[in-house]
Amino acid sequence: MSDLNRLTIAEARDGMRAGKLSSVELTEACLNAIDGAGTLNAFVHQTPELAVEMARVADHRIKAGDGAPMTGIPLGIKDLFCTNGVATQAASNILDGFRPEYESTVTQNLWDAGAVMLGKLNMDEFAMGSSNETSAYGNAVNPWKVDDRQLTPGGSSGGSAAAVAADLCLAATGTDTGGSIRQPAAFTGTVGLKPTYGRVSRWGTIAFASSLDQAGPMTKTVRDAAIMLGAMASVDPKDSTSADIPVPDFEAALTGDIRGKKIGIPREYRMDGMPAEIDALWQKGAEMLRDAGAEIVDISLPHTKYALPAYYVVAPAEASSNLARYDGVRYGRRAKLAQGDGVVEMYEKTRAEGFGPEVKRRLMIGTYVLSAGFYDAYYNRARKVRALIKRDFEQAYAAGVDAILTPATPSAAFGLGEMSGKDPVEMYLLDVFTVTVNLAGLPGISVPVGLDGQGLPLGLQLIGRPFEEGDLLNHAYVLERAAGFAAKPEQWW
Amino acid sequence: MSITQDEARKVAHLARIAVEEEHLPALAAELNNILHFMEQLNEVDVEGVEPMTGVTPMRLKRREDVVTDGGYPEKILANAPDAREGFFAVPKVVE
Repeated sequence: MSDLNRLTIAEARDGMRAGKLSSVELTEACLNAIDGAGTLNAFVHQTPELAVEMARVADHRIKAGDGAPMTGIPLGIKDLFCTNGVATQAASNILDGFRPEYESTVTQNLWDAGAVMLGKLNMDEFAMGSSNETSAYGNAVNPWKVDDRQLTPGGSSGGSAAAVAADLCLAATGTDTGGSIRQPAAFTGTVGLKPTYGRVSRWGTIAFASSLDQAGPMTKTVRDAAIMLGAMASVDPKDSTSADIPVPDFEAALTGDIRGKKIGIPREYRMDGMPAEIDALWQKGAEMLRDAGAEIVDISLPHTKYALPAYYVVAPAEASSNLARYDGVRYGRRAKLAQGDGVVEMYEKTRAEGFGPEVKRRLMIGTYVLSAGFYDAYYNRARKVRALIKRDFEQAYAAGVDAILTPATPSAAFGLGEMSGKDPVEMYLLDVFTVTVNLAGLPGISVPVGLDGQGLPLGLQLIGRPFEEGDLLNHAYVLERAAGFAAKPEQWW
Repeated sequence: MSITQDEARKVAHLARIAVEEEHLPALAAELNNILHFMEQLNEVDVEGVEPMTGVTPMRLKRREDVVTDGGYPEKILANAPDAREGFFAVPKVVE
């Protein structure tokens, strides 16, 4: 069988169970694809020997009849997940050379299920960015291309999205604080799921904003997202915010039947200046769900407009606290010091040279909004607005809505460098459809639904009820089947 | 509200990030721009609204106050830029 790297998780799982292919063959196909895709700069640390070894073990396990759904599946891991003995630096120079002595709960769960690690994936530094242009490793590149320009794969999980779209791995882990799984998935024609806050353990995942961060799967299909979420999620005593809710069989929820379900269309998401193509895609998506027997209702989420400013208070505030630990003492790099420099100079110089401009900007904003005299004006006010945003969703769900349909992004992928001269706030606006979901802690999924006029993928987002990922995935599955999105980037790399 | 150059210097110091004196005006302008964006929040009526602290209505988990981990100083020190004799080493803190 050729092109094994192009398989989905479900296809590979079934093939391995039937003895038609082995994990070693599958893994080698991915390693070859990675070798030929240096231009995409998706994989930034490769672990080929470890991968083949893990694949061998997986093959034995499957042969012994002890395989789990993820056994033998080769994955890429975002550089934000701590992996024992394998470089982990959150795409930051400040963690240069860091090799964790422990494994994150998410990756440990995946390895326990028999999955195979191909290596670590590019991302925005500390997950702060929407285009993968803040990475210490350099830009990751979108495999989709329509002219001479190289396009962004989105961010912050840009390397994950590029790797999945280019078939360098069967699936990848991502993390999502304001849209970092869903936006890159939409930019690359892949599926990205942000689970409910608390569904997936945050232990061992490098923290950005602890009340918003959530890891999730980035896959080629909705079914794969269901399979992979099942392996990533767990109730974890090591994360005090991990919810004590059992992990169901998400794949079993994919019945394809959404008859009688109520889909909300929030009128506040119809933004001024939204491209007509995005609006048309959104309407098309609603029609597909209606044709499948769902009822489409207009809803109002009145505080939507304030989600971005609230997010850009809360997230930097939490980041300024979380990233205080990078001080040149316990891990990562320390700046060269001058004669007579004390410990404060060591902190200040280390952080000045270790963090990139966007991270520094957010740390200083976070420091400012938490500082004496401003705490109430900014931080507390933002937390109150956040409560109102969450209440908007609760009221919609209380009125009987089962899922909410919105665009995933305000545009298709743009060219690398096109946003670089602009005001940082313009980049922040890219997260306009996704941040509300993090603020409210809800599950959200981006599904590829069509191509724009240039031939670039566009996605729609479905938002579900808390801890009802199975139901959300089922809606996404119906949308995926109706859209029949099968386009793939042509290989130019 | 608007950030002066002096306040930008203070914020940078609080964040323990060295910023060259000549970069302070640009930094102040940048921070002002972002803060201006956040000021939209002042339009919202938040009277009587409790600040949100967590997304799921659950009590933070408790556990027995016992040692559950540890006993491997060499692992703790393995990634330190400067570790000596079982300690993290830093420049002199007190004169």
